[in-house]
Amino acid sequence: MGSTNSTLLKIPNVEVLMQETGFSPAHIIRLHDRFKALDKEGRGHLCPHDFGAIKELAMNPIGDRIIGAFFSPGKETVDFHTFVKILAHFRPVDKDRPKEPNSPEPINSRSNKLKFAFQLYDQDKDGKISRDELLQVLRAMLGMQVTDEQLESIADRTIQEADLDRDDAISFEEFRKSLEKINIDHKMSIRFLR
Amino acid sequence: MEGAWEIAFVFFQVWLSIVVGLIMLPAMFGVSLGFTDIYIKVLVKTLEWATLRIQRGQKEQAALPSQSANGIIEKDDGSMQEEIGELRRSHPKNLAGGDFTLCDAFYFCKKGIENIVEDQVTQRFTSEELASWNLLTRTNNNFCYISVRLTIIWGLGVFIRYCILLPLSVKNWLSDLVHITCYRICARGLSATIRYHNKENRPKKGGICVANHTSPIDIVILANDGCYAMVGQVHGGLMGVLQRSIVRSCPHVWFERSEMKDRHAVAKRLKDHIADKTKLPILIFPEGTCINNTSVMMFKKGSFEIGGTIYPVAIKYDPQFGDAFWNSAKYNMVSYLLRMMTSWAIVCNVWYLPPMTRQDGEDAVQFANRVKSAIAHQGGLVDLSWDGGLKREKVKESLKEEQQKMYSSMIIGSDFNEASVGPA
Repeated sequence: MGSTNSTLLKIPNVEVLMQETGFSPAHIIRLHDRFKALDKEGRGHLCPHDFGAIKELAMNPIGDRIIGAFFSPGKETVDFHTFVKILAHFRPVDKDRPKEPNSPEPINSRSNKLKFAFQLYDQDKDGKISRDELLQVLRAMLGMQVTDEQLESIADRTIQEADLDRDDAISFEEFRKSLEKINIDHKMSIRFLR
Repeated sequence: MEGAWEIAFVFFQVWLSIVVGLIMLPAMFGVSLGFTDIYIKVLVKTLEWATLRIQRGQKEQAALPSQSANGIIEKDDGSMQEEIGELRRSHPKNLAGGDFTLCDAFYFCKKGIENIVEDQVTQRFTSEELASWNLLTRTNNNFCYISVRLTIIWGLGVFIRYCILLPLSVKNWLSDLVHITCYRICARGLSATIRYHNKENRPKKGGICVANHTSPIDIVILANDGCYAMVGQVHGGLMGVLQRSIVRSCPHVWFERSEMKDRHAVAKRLKDHIADKTKLPILIFPEGTCINNTSVMMFKKGSFEIGGTIYPVAIKYDPQFGDAFWNSAKYNMVSYLLRMMTSWAIVCNVWYLPPMTRQDGEDAVQFANRVKSAIAHQGGLVDLSWDGGLKREKVKESLKEEQQKMYSSMIIGSDFNEASVGPA
């Protein structure tokens, strides 16, 4: 009855989307409303400029990188499916999910959340956070508030701590190991209220 | 067949005369028959019952949740310091004293994604989603078919709203009586129940009345209890016709939106108006745009520079019965009015606050903020410092710098007290 089903019907392949991401119908509808609100010109897809219109995101030191995470290399638009799939990384971990050996890992698993964060650092996607990439992130987060020397010092210290195989870069495994005590589920999850 | 039509016609006539008798006559004489109050009470009971049925059907807890939840996601309210501090607590502290950790990025990442799903500013400009369902499918996404009884009531609700309330309002809307009577009928047509508080503070002639803004209905609400001169934007279409008819009965000051840019011209016209003590008080909505009635945004300082006495008024709609917020980006005027008339009722509270004047040593901006706080406080609305104009403009670069400053103070704060360790 009513508008719930009609909105869902307008979204192509919504069943598949719900299964892959684990969002409930109500969540999908809200995300769809949000997608439409961001897509001011009603083109059916978003471009980086649309994300840029979110004031608080523009204020975020690593806002550009977060926006970049939505767009696959070479693509300049993101459709609703991809939008939801990226946001699915931030769903709280399903504690009751049975572990089937052959099913693909859910998008919101601890490992995938870490991969998402890793990607924010590793912009050239070579699987390692090089010293330069680390410096870039630090510069973004600290702006003009620190000198170059201070920045280098921080970067050196960080690599020293995490780099176990001494190749002067942080691989994903080293990244994961360094953060193993962090409650990733809590810190990288967003809870929908209803 | 003929007989049936005749009976229907007679029935229609009887119904019409009842409508006139019960609605228009009392409105003319300002007498309330108390029907509205009873109607509201019945409505409340019905809606609460309906919500409980739904929730029982969904196997949630029986108590009605409070309506304070306005967001769709849960946000941690901690400051940057607290959040990052928590992130680091589980991370073994580096003996050399370094204060940056790889997990710091998580904080910014999470905040960023939260803002993509929902942000403070846009949230203010979308309608509140209600915790309890008021049988208007627009306001709750979670409802679904629960029981036959509920469906029947919903169907009845649709029938009542579209066949009874709507014709009444249309009829009333076209009425051509004297100023206050005209507005009173509008209020009845919208099934508006308005409670005025502190009437002794009602705006007097030669003053400026300042109120928070949610919808064009605000004007109806306020004009029900007094005569005002309006300052505002000229609207095209249906609203323009209405505006012009209203202008005939009272002296008003209408501006084009582009004219508003010429602040001096505007200020001069307003000054002249209030200098004349026989002129009606001017009604101004300083937010400059419709907000969704959960908060008050920054007041534009223009109205506060003119001088004169400011009479603040707080308007708060009860969202349980119908959402009065007009999202001008989403709905045009006609569809908005249709929604208003087919809502159950408009219930709102109006508080007249004691008059304020600008004090020595206070500039217009501080005065505006003082008035805004008073209004927000009285109406139970959140006092935001976000500029309502942000809906249309870009955020400043300096806000990003502030974030960077805050973060860097955490990193360098304790860090470089010792002599910095050179690379190993």
